[in-house]
Amino acid sequence: MNRAKTLTLTAAMVLLTAAGSAYAGKTLDAIKERGFIKCGVSDGLPGFSYADEKGNYNGIDVDVCRAVAAAVFGDATKVKFTPLTAKERLTALQSGEIDVLSRNTTWTSSRDSAQGLNFTGITYYDGQGFLVNKKLGVKSAKQLDGATVCVQAGTTTELNLSDYFRTNKMKLTPISYDKSDESAKSLEAGRCDVLTSDQSQLYAQRIKLAKPDDYVVLPEVISKEPLGPVVRHGDDEWFDIVKWALFVMVNAEEMGITSKNVEEMKKSANPDIRRLLGVEGDKGKDFGLNNDWMAVVIKQVGNYGEVFDRNVGKGSPLKIERGLNALWTQGGLQYAPPVR
Amino acid sequence: MAEPHIPHPDLPPPVSSVGPIGWLRRNLLSSPLNIVLTLLALYLLTIAIPPLLSWAVLNATWSGDSRDACQASHGACWVFIRVHFDQFMYGFYPEGQRWRVDLSALLLIFSAAPLFIRAVPSLVKLRLSLSILVLYPLIAFLLLSGGRFGLSVVETSRWGGLLLTLVIAGVGMTAALPLGILLALGRRSQLPAIQTLCVTFIEFWRGVPLITVLFMSSVMLPLFLPTGMNFDKLLRALIGVSLFQAAYMAEVVRGGLQAIPKGQFEAAAALGLGFWKMMGLIVLPQALKLVIPGIVNTFIALFKDTSLVLIIGLFDLLNTVHNATTNPAWLGFSTEGYVFAAAVYWLFCFGMSRYSQSLEKRLHTGHKR
Amino acid sequence: MMTTDHAPAKPPFWNNPQVRAVAFQAIALIATVSFGLYLFANTQANLQRLGIASGFDFLSSPAGFDIIQSLIPYSATASYGQVFWVALLNTLLVAALGVILATLLGFVIGVARLSKNWLIARLALIYVETFRNIPLLLQIFFWYFAVLRSMPAPRLSYSLGDVVFLNIRGLYLPAPQVEPGFGWAIAAFGIAVFLTLVLVRWARQRQAATGRQFPVVSAALALLLCLPLLTFWLAGSPLHWQLPELQGFNFRGGWVLIPEMASLLLALTIYTAAFIAEIVRAGIQAVSHGQTEASFSLGMNPGKTLRLIILPQALRVIIPPLTNQYLNLTKNSSLAAAIGYPDLVSSFAGTVLNQTGQAIECIAITMAVYLSISLLISLLMNLYNRRAALVER
Repeated sequence: MNRAKTLTLTAAMVLLTAAGSAYAGKTLDAIKERGFIKCGVSDGLPGFSYADEKGNYNGIDVDVCRAVAAAVFGDATKVKFTPLTAKERLTALQSGEIDVLSRNTTWTSSRDSAQGLNFTGITYYDGQGFLVNKKLGVKSAKQLDGATVCVQAGTTTELNLSDYFRTNKMKLTPISYDKSDESAKSLEAGRCDVLTSDQSQLYAQRIKLAKPDDYVVLPEVISKEPLGPVVRHGDDEWFDIVKWALFVMVNAEEMGITSKNVEEMKKSANPDIRRLLGVEGDKGKDFGLNNDWMAVVIKQVGNYGEVFDRNVGKGSPLKIERGLNALWTQGGLQYAPPVR
Repeated sequence: MAEPHIPHPDLPPPVSSVGPIGWLRRNLLSSPLNIVLTLLALYLLTIAIPPLLSWAVLNATWSGDSRDACQASHGACWVFIRVHFDQFMYGFYPEGQRWRVDLSALLLIFSAAPLFIRAVPSLVKLRLSLSILVLYPLIAFLLLSGGRFGLSVVETSRWGGLLLTLVIAGVGMTAALPLGILLALGRRSQLPAIQTLCVTFIEFWRGVPLITVLFMSSVMLPLFLPTGMNFDKLLRALIGVSLFQAAYMAEVVRGGLQAIPKGQFEAAAALGLGFWKMMGLIVLPQALKLVIPGIVNTFIALFKDTSLVLIIGLFDLLNTVHNATTNPAWLGFSTEGYVFAAAVYWLFCFGMSRYSQSLEKRLHTGHKR
Repeated sequence: MMTTDHAPAKPPFWNNPQVRAVAFQAIALIATVSFGLYLFANTQANLQRLGIASGFDFLSSPAGFDIIQSLIPYSATASYGQVFWVALLNTLLVAALGVILATLLGFVIGVARLSKNWLIARLALIYVETFRNIPLLLQIFFWYFAVLRSMPAPRLSYSLGDVVFLNIRGLYLPAPQVEPGFGWAIAAFGIAVFLTLVLVRWARQRQAATGRQFPVVSAALALLLCLPLLTFWLAGSPLHWQLPELQGFNFRGGWVLIPEMASLLLALTIYTAAFIAEIVRAGIQAVSHGQTEASFSLGMNPGKTLRLIILPQALRVIIPPLTNQYLNLTKNSSLAAAIGYPDLVSSFAGTVLNQTGQAIECIAITMAVYLSISLLISLLMNLYNRRAALVER
């Protein structure tokens, strides 16, 4: 009897130790030991994060994680993507299931404070809009009184939607789904008249419809939706790395460094460029990483403009204008602190 | 002298009570109510079967490789299934590595085949099944996830389709049965502390829906563990499913334990057997035999419940099919997808229930009247 | 000669059953308690480290989102606590309707399984074997995404005399609007119920005393129908029907059964009915055939035999597993989350959890609700069992 008990106990211990890897205390150390970054992405949103038929991920949000991997390991492929629904994403990050959440998540005050999160920057300046079937003949969101609206459950979008209809004294019938795919399917089938989400997502959803040209995005933008990567409270070192992985890409675009010309640019005489690429000074080392990590990020992932065009801009099926997401020098909002 | 009485030979029964006519009269037309019911059933069949048949078979499209092939007909578009078939079976498992999945399936089929042949002696069967239980999971895990012997690593996040469904069901069953037996023994135990613990455990898991358990295991478990300790997402789902079904299993086994007469326990104790020997050699073999239908029903429930992992984002058979129906190139074929998935689930569940019936018949040792 | 001075060697203390029992329980308790403490400490540390708010204060802060179906007045300005009640009522609504419908369908199919009519028995068997072997979630998806999605748009609704409309947005029914004076009809119904009870009691006593029967059922029906209707008519028919009307995008007014609820209800009913049918069949078969023969020889017809002899005995066998199915149905209704029906898991353990980030509190409340429902029903079940158990002499 004793033997059986001991056996069970030993087995349990073995299982537990096998499951829990030894942990060094800090996110970066844990990641280095593990050998890859665990990144939470969307469960299927073309342009932002989308798994193709072979299970390979593409998109802006995905590229942000690749950039972080390139910074930490010098290898942009060392990321493991976890597709998360809007409901799961915050708890998954809080609980440590993922190291960084890059899943078109809106930066809000309560997420910064009560939910124990830190937004590291803004990958995409967005705003909430409406996608409707052209056949309805609706020209403005103000005409949506009494409409049935599909929305993703547990998002800020859901809250803005209620606010908007309430302030405009319109009647609202919301249907909230867990997955954005299901909202799109419902719009297509006519279960709802309108699909609301961040405008970028609306464009992404539209190309997933069978007849994208039958649908139109209404002109109103009813909210500010700054989307960016998120990390947990309490590890500033990791926070800095994720924050700067994005800043590097923005700075690179501003300086005209691309993935193609990064090697040539190392020969540039411009001290800003030389510092960024790790040729001069040791700005890279200060992060606890290789000195040239910024150059590696640009080489393997590209600058912000490249990433934008490839995934959602001119070079993609979505064809979204840069708009607010142009560099500050070109009338947009993308602005990164200097490397100094 | 009176003539001896020669009985008239038996007349054949009237034509109307034997043969096909008799069968019809007995089974379909025995009373006015029955005639009405028969007509009603026939009417239902005539309105249901022809459209179904023409949709599923006669007007269906079988060949082609894009949705254009299906535009012409009104029937089912089985091309959708054919094109996605590999995805439904393997999920995102890398194409070049799929032989590993096939190999592990074949391995299981061939090694387990003797168990289903009656001629094999039962001792051999026992040894074989024990070694399969111990060895097979190890071999299958090595084969599927790789990382040794030159096999490339395939992360569990790429496992999917029927493969994942079978992995969850298989692990769930092998874990839930022994755990359930232990819990049932604990619940029947004389020791109040052990009994209370087991009752609390069982009632807790039986009282909550599986989906909250899965949700908890998928997003909240890490909050309960020390920082940095983390399980694989699939492993967490497996633990959730196993614990949940173990509680149901425990109740089934308890039913069997309660049916064993007290004399059996006393006789075993009188022979000087300790607790585990008494249970393992005398009580459990009888108790488990009694509850085979219940055990198999729990297995079937477990198999169906594997589909709930969809909610925590694992790509099992149902989620793979569901996902394929949202593919923009193949919109509008959800019915075909769901019918296919239903057929696969049905085959497994129905097969299990039939097997349990035959097992029950074979094992019953004449106590039944 | 036997010497008595060496008594059998005393077994070592660890083989003493009593010592062992105490030791084992102590080990089990200590292990459980320390495991619990360990988890608790981890959770505390994690919450503190991450700066996540905890406690139940969030229940009183405003929710800010709308819910498609609510049995109590609710608007986006209500609190998270009110969301809880809305969600709970939605769960209970679908569970209650599911229980009623599944019981009706299950009993019909169960009796049909035993029908003498071969065709009917076969059809019932096919029904049972098909639906209980397909996962419920798949059935919900089938109804929602494959069947109800093929309904027409609001403008092209199927309609029944311009009173009932069916389209992709749901089934629209006229809603009764009560006017003052309707209370009289309700009061009349109450009186009718009371009179019926008195009648039943009187008829039973008379039958016991004299053996004469009274047509209780038809009398009770007449009473229950006529009295309220008569009062209703006398009070000037204080009720009108609000018809659903197409206005703008959708139908407005009337009652609506949304497709999310319809498909959940359909799937739950059809799935659970398959199990109930098997329970009913087993229950009826458990009643010895001698009872039927005895009843026939007393001259009762098959209908009466079923109603008076077989069912009352079968119910004793049927009810415990039947309650289990009711519990399963209630728990299974949580699959609503997959199709966006605002039940407890979907609205509270989903949306509220996500808006507040307080995962532990939300999941704990949700689990506690299901646990209490299940414990409550088990308790009632045990009470019933004690009453219904055969009293053996």
